[in-house]
Amino acid sequence: MHAANPDRMSAKETRTRGASAMWLRAISITSAAMLMASCNEGVLDPHGPVGKAERVILFDSTAIMLAVVIPVIVLTLVFAWWFRAKNKQARYRPDWEYSGRIEMIIWSIPALIVLFLGGIAWTGSHDLDPPVPLQSSTAPLDIEVISLDWRWLFIYPHEGIASLNRLVVPAGVPLRFRLTSTTVMNSFFVPQLGSQIYAMPNMVTRLNLQADEPGTFEGLSAMFSGDGFSDMRFDVVSTDKEAFKDWVNTTKTQGGVLDANTFEELSKPAKADGAHTYAQVSEGLFDRISLRSSAAASPQRGQ
Amino acid sequence: MFGRLTWAAIPFDVPVVMIAAGSVGFIIFCVLALVTVKGWWPYLWREWITSVDHKRLGVMYIGLALLMLVRGFSDAMLMRSQLAMAAGHAQGYLPPEHYDQIFSAHGTIMIFFVAMPFVIGLMNFVLPLQLGVRDVAFPVLNSIGFWLTAAGVLLVNVSLVVGEFARTGWLAYPPLSEVAYSPGVGVDYYLWSLQISGLGTLLSGINLTTTILKLRAPGVGYRQMPIFCWTALASNLLIVAAFPILTATFAMLLLDRYCGFHFFTNELGGNPMMYINLIWSWGHPEVYILILPAFGVFSEVVATFSGKPLFGRRSMVMATMVICVLSFLVWLHHFFTMGAGADVNAFFGVMTMLIAVPTGVKVFNWLFTLYGGRIRFTTPVYWALGFMVTFVIGGMTGVLMAIPPADFVLHNSLFLIAHFHNVIIGGVVFGVMAGITYWFPKAFGFTLNERLGKAVFWCWFFGFYLAFMPLYVLGLMGATRRMQHYSNVHWQPLMLVALAGALLILLGIALTGVQLAVSIRQRERNRDLTGDPWNGRTLEWSTPSPPPAWNFSQLPQVDRADAFWAMKQQRGTAQDPNLKRTYQTIHVPRNNPTGFFLAFCAVVLGFSLIWHIWWSAGLGLLGAIAVCLRQAWRTDGEIEIPAEKIAAFERLHGLKESTV
Repeated sequence: MHAANPDRMSAKETRTRGASAMWLRAISITSAAMLMASCNEGVLDPHGPVGKAERVILFDSTAIMLAVVIPVIVLTLVFAWWFRAKNKQARYRPDWEYSGRIEMIIWSIPALIVLFLGGIAWTGSHDLDPPVPLQSSTAPLDIEVISLDWRWLFIYPHEGIASLNRLVVPAGVPLRFRLTSTTVMNSFFVPQLGSQIYAMPNMVTRLNLQADEPGTFEGLSAMFSGDGFSDMRFDVVSTDKEAFKDWVNTTKTQGGVLDANTFEELSKPAKADGAHTYAQVSEGLFDRISLRSSAAASPQRGQ
Repeated sequence: MFGRLTWAAIPFDVPVVMIAAGSVGFIIFCVLALVTVKGWWPYLWREWITSVDHKRLGVMYIGLALLMLVRGFSDAMLMRSQLAMAAGHAQGYLPPEHYDQIFSAHGTIMIFFVAMPFVIGLMNFVLPLQLGVRDVAFPVLNSIGFWLTAAGVLLVNVSLVVGEFARTGWLAYPPLSEVAYSPGVGVDYYLWSLQISGLGTLLSGINLTTTILKLRAPGVGYRQMPIFCWTALASNLLIVAAFPILTATFAMLLLDRYCGFHFFTNELGGNPMMYINLIWSWGHPEVYILILPAFGVFSEVVATFSGKPLFGRRSMVMATMVICVLSFLVWLHHFFTMGAGADVNAFFGVMTMLIAVPTGVKVFNWLFTLYGGRIRFTTPVYWALGFMVTFVIGGMTGVLMAIPPADFVLHNSLFLIAHFHNVIIGGVVFGVMAGITYWFPKAFGFTLNERLGKAVFWCWFFGFYLAFMPLYVLGLMGATRRMQHYSNVHWQPLMLVALAGALLILLGIALTGVQLAVSIRQRERNRDLTGDPWNGRTLEWSTPSPPPAWNFSQLPQVDRADAFWAMKQQRGTAQDPNLKRTYQTIHVPRNNPTGFFLAFCAVVLGFSLIWHIWWSAGLGLLGAIAVCLRQAWRTDGEIEIPAEKIAAFERLHGLKESTV
């Protein structure tokens, strides 16, 4: 019925073209703004070797896949539009249902992509396996992480100090984490440094990260752990080596002792707790917690 | 006397819940009153509640899913509005103990009580018609499956008013879901409602698998079977293989919670990771249980409206079955971040990517089905094209997260949330909406309003992009799932955009209601008198709309795929099977209230177990056994429809056809 009235049709088409141009502009501006926003924080703004390597993987694999995804989207729209019933120029092939050549191509394209990505996945999994130590000439700093309801406890075993809800690390030094949990599962994650890893009761997981330069990064629990979960956030403060030494020395003079009794207090559920440090930590605390005797009852969460 | 159940279980002090429950209760009361006043009970009992007709059950499954979509979506609206508000120091209006229940209920309801009944309903309705048979293999079992699902739905919704729902997330990971950390009834509501509905799903899976394998019209072999039947076969095989894992896993968690066992506890050698492995051994196939039938719908829709056979049918079948097998070999990608080690992670990462190959092939097949077609832009085609465009993006982000080191920074983030909504909305929901629009005239005898159907599509389409593209970005910015508030105020504008998207989807859901109402009013104008409103290709379009209780007066003779298309080509020629029609007496299954009574007993049993009311749990169990025994001794399973009645029906239908 449009064909009977060509003027009206073209008027309508101009209008839709104008509208779609407007839409297109709106969409591109919005997505550009969103991308810009995401580049200034989080995993697209890494400050350590692990996060940087992971960003490379994110970008590379997305680019490889977009090379197929974008043509597929375009072809879908083009085919659908060209072969619309009203288009008399399009050739209708009512019985065309097989082509060996096309079949071979459509199995090969995704297979090829997967071959590439599978390679990335395989080498990436091994290179960036969380327990694998980072290549560095600097000796690593050991940190033991215990997730509590709903707090994070960081023990520096060689320094003999501990910090609650605040992780202070020297920049440029590999960080060697061991993690466990007193109650339920949590996931230790500092988006700007890279890989997250679960902290699980009766188990120890390992993670290696590094902050390249001084700064403050946000850390969090990525695994839901109950009502106080949203406040399980902590600052990761990366300082230069001297400042870190100063911090260790200051910490050794204040904040009391972390022993079985104080830990018992810490094990009680608490939401949105502040930061705190301990001048002294009883030796082997982390191992006792991670391999807790099976008879010990876990603290009940009140309703 | 009443176990843990006291008046304190009802949250009189939470106005949101009381208002919601009050208004829902009022609506239910009005509906029941209307049905009583109008005297519709005998009709409902006879035609729907006790019906074992697969078409009726299919419609009821979809009705149930639509109802639960409203419930699940209200949860989504609560979450989106909470997160739009709770930035910086603001805490929003939902405290964690409430918010945690909402996201748990949202996930549970959307997967188990929306997506599942949607696809099972479609398969129930369509399969026997496409296979050219008169019913499913086990009609009474079919009805039991539906009613047990409904029982699960009832229990989940009771938890809104009596007690609480789980605050653990939709998969209830231990140790959080153990008594030590979740002492309330929430997890018990979760477990029992899913045990009951899971049993229903398993029964339905057994029934539909048997139907496809054993009941087909003469000449319908695997090579002639419509592609939707193939995808349904894959999906039901997965149900049969995967749902017992779910039931067993939940049974172990129930033993932990009720009898002090230590399968998954922190103490006495329990291991929570075992649960996580088991639940995902079910959970990953579950995703394909949902998406494969949707793929089938798109295959039918794209072929029908392009006016050509599906391109690369054999590839499509092969791809479907490859996905079916591979879906069991990828479960660990849900927890790369638990430190399984490089080799294990890499293996599961590569296996996951392998699934992208058959899936990619499917997309190309649809693409080349469009090629050379004469495409009619009906509402189902809108959904199909919207799906193809949207799903490839979701597939891409999925493969991205299959790379373990990429997952290390994306896991549990809003990026993940965006990804699976991208495939579930862009895949399953779009597929179901296409399927509903496509087969609606077959079920009710008139087509849905196209204008409103397209409006619904645009709302969902743009709504989806608005709601979930910001979530991808937020995930990259470090925002996690399940947070009730956040300190980073930069996230708030994106959260507001996501809320706007959710509102647009809400409009889409509301317009679906309007579309239904308008279409019912205009039904005389949109009557489908031929039984073949879309110029279809498969056997369901060879019956009148709606089909009679016996589906086919004469079983079709089939010798190729797209059987009905071939019949239409032969119409009027010497091979036309319609020329020599004779009718014989047909036996159809008699109405049966077993499913309804069993569901009633299951609700009593489940509710009593949740609240530790042991005496009524015993009564519920005894009742269920009695109902089953009664069914076992029934001998009057069928009624006879005489040949004259069938001939009369066919004459009437033929007459109508000739007046068009």
